[in-house]
Amino acid sequence: MAIAPTPRVRLPAEARPGEIIEIKALISHEMETGQRKDEAGNIIPRKIIKEFTARFNDKIVFRADWYPSISANPYQAFFFRAGESGVFEFIWTDDDGTEYKTSATLTVSAPA
Amino acid sequence: MVTEPRNLSRREFSLAGICALTVAIAPQIALANADSLRALVQRLFGDQGYEESKIKLDLPEMAENGMVVPISVEVESPMTPDDYVWSLYIFAFANPVPQVSSYSFTPESGKAAISTRIRLAKSQEVVAVAEMSNGKVHVAKAPIKIMIGGCG
Repeated sequence: MAIAPTPRVRLPAEARPGEIIEIKALISHEMETGQRKDEAGNIIPRKIIKEFTARFNDKIVFRADWYPSISANPYQAFFFRAGESGVFEFIWTDDDGTEYKTSATLTVSAPA
Repeated sequence: MVTEPRNLSRREFSLAGICALTVAIAPQIALANADSLRALVQRLFGDQGYEESKIKLDLPEMAENGMVVPISVEVESPMTPDDYVWSLYIFAFANPVPQVSSYSFTPESGKAAISTRIRLAKSQEVVAVAEMSNGKVHVAKAPIKIMIGGCG
């Protein structure tokens, strides 16, 4: 990979209590399937992001296991019911053990 | 998240475009020949039935390029601590590695729904399997024609 995997997440900064928000996560990554061969005919080893975890205030609220059929630059959209305010942590785990992370805050307040 | 096997009863089901493939499915059960959905559910959950309901599987009917196919799955559920979707699995049996992804939800998820983009090697049926917190299993499948395969 020429460029280090870069994660990006889109979600609202604020929500009402009980509101279900959609979170969209993307990371640049080749997701090498382990099916391709190089010019010499050797299999290029699998190297994918195999796991995506979303934590809110340290508690896991969503997890995904990915296999080679997930497209390159893997995209993941999922949902979360807002309760208290807090901090999300999003973690992508590579086959090689590297973790890519990003965070986001969510402010939850009732209408004035 | 490790899914405990449940007991489900069987039902006839057939899938298009199945090749003899090796599948690694949590929890680490290898399937030599995935020749029916019934066998899949049985492998995952034991002798238990399933219903073809509650899952909305959105997949285009056709894709020119199999490298990046958008897919959305939503499982109908109250998503309360007493009744929520525990896990969701996606399979593409005509792919070299048929298990595409699996997802774990919590009541805090609000909705048991995901969107992602997948690789499909050739025309086939994509299968979604959901396990509820009460042990019930639901299944949905959708066919897709792929013009140029994406090696997954």
